[in-house]
Amino acid sequence: MNALRRNVLKSAAGAGTVAVAVAAGLLKPTMALAGAPRTAFEAKNVGDALKGMGATGAADSKDITIKAPDIAENGAVVPVEVTSSIAGTTAIAIISEKNATPLVADFDLSNGAQGFISTRIKMGQTSLVRAVVTAGGKTYTAAKEVKVTIGGCGG
Amino acid sequence: MAEPMRIRATMTGDVADVKVLMNHTMETGLRKDSKTGQLIPAHYITDVTASVNGTKVLDAGMSGGISKNPYLGFKVKGPKAGDKVVVNWSDNKGDKNTAEATIG
Repeated sequence: MNALRRNVLKSAAGAGTVAVAVAAGLLKPTMALAGAPRTAFEAKNVGDALKGMGATGAADSKDITIKAPDIAENGAVVPVEVTSSIAGTTAIAIISEKNATPLVADFDLSNGAQGFISTRIKMGQTSLVRAVVTAGGKTYTAAKEVKVTIGGCGG
Repeated sequence: MAEPMRIRATMTGDVADVKVLMNHTMETGLRKDSKTGQLIPAHYITDVTASVNGTKVLDAGMSGGISKNPYLGFKVKGPKAGDKVVVNWSDNKGDKNTAEATIG
């Protein structure tokens, strides 16, 4: 199912085509929600990125832990660790709110993969790092501020 | 062709702790070459998948916002020592790479 979804989303030139696919019944709306389509990665602000992911109504959750430095000296390499203790976590997305393209990555977890992702991201400037977790068809979110002294996106 | 990637997978209790280090420039397409003033074309990993014994456990999408030479850590419940982890990535220019490791 995942392979099909990815292919459909990838071959789609834009959100319009995805909408057509949804209308045609190729994709159920819930399927489109689990993983972020490519268009969400191209969004230029947080609102559009969340909308592209179908996560606009995400509820704040204390069960999501974001481990990241309070002050990152080098914005090009900011270690971020997201742990979700929400049962049935199926996806984790990482958003750096003030990056040129805020959505950094999304991870679909299945078949025993735990609600844990550790990676390193680039940050253009001081901003909130937001994690969006999908569990049982609902979305949850949490954020942590990271101060950046040297930006890592261009400059 | 891309440089090899490194995978380390260890069991902690009944959870396999997998760490992957990929070799990739991860150009965002927003950076300028300091000599020519031209934009450096975007070149970054867009998809990463991981499977344990042939069963997909992770399917990730990435943007240029992931640091150069991406590091990825994840945990999977269920596998046993000796099971095989396979990680694949592909980038926006169609490059692909795959690597496998045995959980120790």
